[in-house]
Amino acid sequence: MARLELENLTKHYGGQATVRGVTLDIPDGEFLVLLGPSGCGKTTTLRMIAGFIEPSGGSVRLGGQDITHRPPWRRNTGMVFQSYALFPHMTVAQNVAFGLEMRKIGRAEREARALEALRMVRLDGLADRLPRQMSGGQQQRVALARALAIRPDVLLLDEPLSNLDAKLREEVRIEIRQLQQQLGLTAIMVTHDQEEALTVADRLVVMAEGEIRQIGSQQDLYERPADRFVAGFVGRSTVITGQVREPGLFESAGGLRLRCQGATAPGAASLVLRPEAIHLDPPPDEHNRLEGEVTFASYLGPVLELHLRLSAEDRITVHLPNRGGAGLIRAGDRVSIGWPQDTGIVFAGTA
Amino acid sequence: MAAGVFTGRRARRAALTASAGLGLGFILLPLLLVMWLAFFRQEIPSFPPQGYTLRWFAAVPANRSFASGFLLSVQVSVVATFIGVALAVPASLALVRGRLPLKPVMNTLLMLPLVVPGVVLGAAIYVGELETELATEWPVLGSVTGLIAAHTLIVIPWAVRLVTASLSTLNPVVEEAAKNLGATPWVTFRRVTLPAIRPGLVAGALFGFVTSFGNLEASLFLVGPGQTTLPIAILQYLAWKIDPTVAAVSLLQIVVIAVAMLITDRFVKLSQVV
Repeated sequence: MARLELENLTKHYGGQATVRGVTLDIPDGEFLVLLGPSGCGKTTTLRMIAGFIEPSGGSVRLGGQDITHRPPWRRNTGMVFQSYALFPHMTVAQNVAFGLEMRKIGRAEREARALEALRMVRLDGLADRLPRQMSGGQQQRVALARALAIRPDVLLLDEPLSNLDAKLREEVRIEIRQLQQQLGLTAIMVTHDQEEALTVADRLVVMAEGEIRQIGSQQDLYERPADRFVAGFVGRSTVITGQVREPGLFESAGGLRLRCQGATAPGAASLVLRPEAIHLDPPPDEHNRLEGEVTFASYLGPVLELHLRLSAEDRITVHLPNRGGAGLIRAGDRVSIGWPQDTGIVFAGTA
Repeated sequence: MAAGVFTGRRARRAALTASAGLGLGFILLPLLLVMWLAFFRQEIPSFPPQGYTLRWFAAVPANRSFASGFLLSVQVSVVATFIGVALAVPASLALVRGRLPLKPVMNTLLMLPLVVPGVVLGAAIYVGELETELATEWPVLGSVTGLIAAHTLIVIPWAVRLVTASLSTLNPVVEEAAKNLGATPWVTFRRVTLPAIRPGLVAGALFGFVTSFGNLEASLFLVGPGQTTLPIAILQYLAWKIDPTVAAVSLLQIVVIAVAMLITDRFVKLSQVV
């Protein structure tokens, strides 16, 4: 358990930079999630922390010690891999005890600690099984126990839930989070699944094209995205492109004049709206009142999702809470919608 | 209609079984014939047999060149198998895990001894050893060392093929996991990689051994005066006699190989590897 500091961490392959100047300070006991689309450099960053990839520049400090050029077997990091990576010819108990054996811990203590780690993931009854005799979820919990048994300075999780089915994924991620909190572990998880990221993280880092785009809490990312990429990546959103005409007035490509906040400099811009921030049948004094034709309607259970055409150019996605009983809206219906001016976020530029 | 589908399937299965049986029979027929012949009483093999005897088996160890040929063959094949496998493991690691330039070329080169006709291989090694001896005055030609070197070449392709096959089924992430848990590269190899490739290793050693043990063409060029391997001894015997002793020797050879396979199968299920 220790503080982890990355400073200006960089990785080039040939001329191509996959990670550029990543600087992060992760305090002891924090669960940090690196979130981003595939190829954004999040896994490369994690593998540089584990020591599997030699950085082209920058440094990694763990518990105050510079470990940038230390081989993986001399860093005290515990890694959980997407593909479980259990030793196929060893029993569950032998798998979990392996790291302790490498640390020259005597047999009696080794067995006791392995069993303790297995108890943490509720698999102490299956200690003598071989990995292939277990389900994916069980295998990943063994891998977690194996990483925890060495009492790592930092727990590294590389898309640990991607190979599991939806229900199991939810179960195991809650388990990971609870253990991390119980043990006060510093942990870093890499994922492309935002729901997964939002459930477990103390703090999130959104990465794209090898760079950090935003660091913050769940609320920061969702309500105050730093740029259009973050706004689009975290949560659902509709992007309306157009121009800021004057402070507080946005005109869409289709000619809709919309009231907004935060837009001062006139010029090309895009307005980002969350689908659940828009409501049906707005009061007469609502800032933005519009009519649109439903092009697509789907019943998702807790919400109804509508795709609306507001003008020849403008489309919008709306999520309405499902109140039940009320008449369903169908494709072809015309509805009126609205949202207050402080709901949308305007980003300058078109990109 | 449904009945038609079933008859079709049954007919197809019958055809498959029949052709497999035919193929198996074709392979086994000469073997069975040789085994049968080994027990014939008459000196010139002819049908029908005039009775059965075991005396040809007694004649085998009594024949000096068979006895010493068998010992030399075992010696050469065992040593060559060990050296070949020891070389094949790092070669396979480099081929599967390493970042080598020209990987396919390397792979093909390592398979070459299997592709080149045995006589050509033997002649080439003969010339090579001759030149080495002329250049260094090291008496490699006709020596057991030279013979072992040639047989090592015969073992390598089998060992490389089977070891790379089992190595590529091992996810490299598993090796990373070991390193992450504190294992040095050597410990990772010993504790994780080696157990995983054991089936390929054992099978590669077996096939290498069997091929080396039965090799005639390459060895013909390389044995020294007064020295013969078992296949050469058989050939020389056949040159002037065709009594069932040869069949008896062949039967013994088949038994040696079958025993090697059975022993191997106890450690590694061959059906999983080949």
